[in-house]
Amino acid sequence: MSLRNYFHSLEPHFEKGGKYEKYYPLFEMVETIFFTSNTVTKVAPHARSFVDMKRVMTYVVISTIPCILWALYNTGLQTNSALATVGVEAQSGWRISLLQFTGLGISPESLVSNIFHGLLYFLPIYLTTLIAGGICEVTFATIRGHEVNEGFLVSSMLFALTLPASTPLWQVALGIAFGVVVGKEVFGGTGKNFLNPALTGRAFLYFAYPAYMSGDSIWTPVDGYSGATSLGIAAAEGYESLSNYGITWTDAFLGTIQGSLGETSTLACAIGLVFLLLTRIANYRMVVGCLLGMIIFSSFLNWVGSDTNPMFSMPWYWHLVIGSYAFGLVFMVTEPVSGSHTNLGRYIYGALIGFMVIMIRVLNPAFPEGMMLAILFGNIFAPLIDHFVVMANIKRRTKFNVQTQ
Amino acid sequence: MSQTRKQLLTDPLVDNNPITLQVLGICSALAVTSSLNVAFVMSLAVIAVCGFSSLFISFLRHYIPNSIRIIVQMVIIASLVILVDQIIKAYAYEISKTLSVFVGLIITNCIVMGRAEAFAMKNKPFESFVDGVGNGLGYSLLLMSVGVIRELFGSGSLFGVMIFDPVSNGGWYVPNGLLLLPPSAFFIIGFIIWGVRTWKKSQVEAREYKIQTLKEH
Repeated sequence: MSLRNYFHSLEPHFEKGGKYEKYYPLFEMVETIFFTSNTVTKVAPHARSFVDMKRVMTYVVISTIPCILWALYNTGLQTNSALATVGVEAQSGWRISLLQFTGLGISPESLVSNIFHGLLYFLPIYLTTLIAGGICEVTFATIRGHEVNEGFLVSSMLFALTLPASTPLWQVALGIAFGVVVGKEVFGGTGKNFLNPALTGRAFLYFAYPAYMSGDSIWTPVDGYSGATSLGIAAAEGYESLSNYGITWTDAFLGTIQGSLGETSTLACAIGLVFLLLTRIANYRMVVGCLLGMIIFSSFLNWVGSDTNPMFSMPWYWHLVIGSYAFGLVFMVTEPVSGSHTNLGRYIYGALIGFMVIMIRVLNPAFPEGMMLAILFGNIFAPLIDHFVVMANIKRRTKFNVQTQ
Repeated sequence: MSQTRKQLLTDPLVDNNPITLQVLGICSALAVTSSLNVAFVMSLAVIAVCGFSSLFISFLRHYIPNSIRIIVQMVIIASLVILVDQIIKAYAYEISKTLSVFVGLIITNCIVMGRAEAFAMKNKPFESFVDGVGNGLGYSLLLMSVGVIRELFGSGSLFGVMIFDPVSNGGWYVPNGLLLLPPSAFFIIGFIIWGVRTWKKSQVEAREYKIQTLKEH
């Protein structure tokens, strides 16, 4: 019996009146992994497009591949380098044992060792995200009777990439559960969420367990090793002193710096962005708005200057490459559901986020990084921006009408 | 009398809870629930003010001119609040510092005003008193539930007594810092409302709009 026929033979049990009617979403989820949906639009408008939700979400996951690969390499690189500094003898753990057992060794020069070591950190986090988030997602889908959506694959991947490598797995599970339930499901599921679910989960962890999500000792998962992020250094001593720590602009652009798993490489994010723009999944207006907002406001602050706050003098091309600005810009700002839906609104929405990032990074001493909060802030304002854009349009058209009568 | 006295006392606990159904008094529920001691004192204060203000307003209900009734109600409530505030300051000074402005803000608590306006102005003194205490208890029940969640998971203790040993103390529990911040009470109250409305379907509000789906021809 072919797979197709097998699914056909199962289908009646899951349809209305069938024995497992309740579990239809589960059946649908598994079936659409193998086959495209056979529902066709029967009423107008008959827009014909191959880009359905599944395709969109798959493209976004594909666009994160450069970031994932870089996350594997860089996490391994940072960990191996730190181990070389601190000394491997003092460290223990299943990862190190496994690396030595397989003969890969722990060497920052070895590409394979780096990638394998990174994988040992990334994989547990990602699998936990998938399992914990998946349980929430499937539970809601079963109770509410909607389909299990591919959007979850995107949220889980992005969520995993925004975490530091040292995050305890129970926190990962808690964070994604909060993100899926509060960020998405309570508002009705994919397409109805006004906040980015991945960022909601990340923000939850950030405020709930600040000791595990910020500071100097968490970015590289090695006991006794501490190193500030580039943003931390820049906030404390000014961006010029980054070179004292061996961080050049090229390093920051390529991503051989400390940070959350997937956010370090601006280059990898840029490759993802090009892919998203070419496939028109990401709207270029949001990207342009966000870049302009960031560049204009940071240049303005450069011009204003400050004697006490070294962040004032950081030029925009540094803001671009350190912290999570690039990652947020490519994968979070461009998210179509939680962003603005009008073209003019998209520019304003992007610019608002770009402005807020610099605002938080430079002017707020409490948080060194502002991208996550800025995007959530933008998400909340997106419907309001749309409202004013639509109202302005109605006003303009009404005036036009009066003149013709 | 459509409701018995017992119903007056028990209805506001779940079926007609001032916070979960009427969504009143949220402000203080956010501010004073991070520790149970504080929430408990606040609960007592609200029960006392709500009960006695209803009682006195009900006594005076035939003498209060309709056009200035809100002002008269406010005077009675405010006097009681000042009294309660002084008692807390005298007997629980530490907690009164944590409660700070929120005891004073009981004056503007919608629950107290709401009961005065909706019930005490039309009913006999004893019934009004019972109704006021019942609503105070409904408020307290929610305040304490939120307080239990926030203190237990936010600092690992209940009434200041260690339940989960936190990591900073050499234990195993990692306190959830978000629960100590006021916004967490929003989430918790939201989850409680969600739970109550799943349990008691009659509390679910009618949909404001329905998403239209096109019918097949």
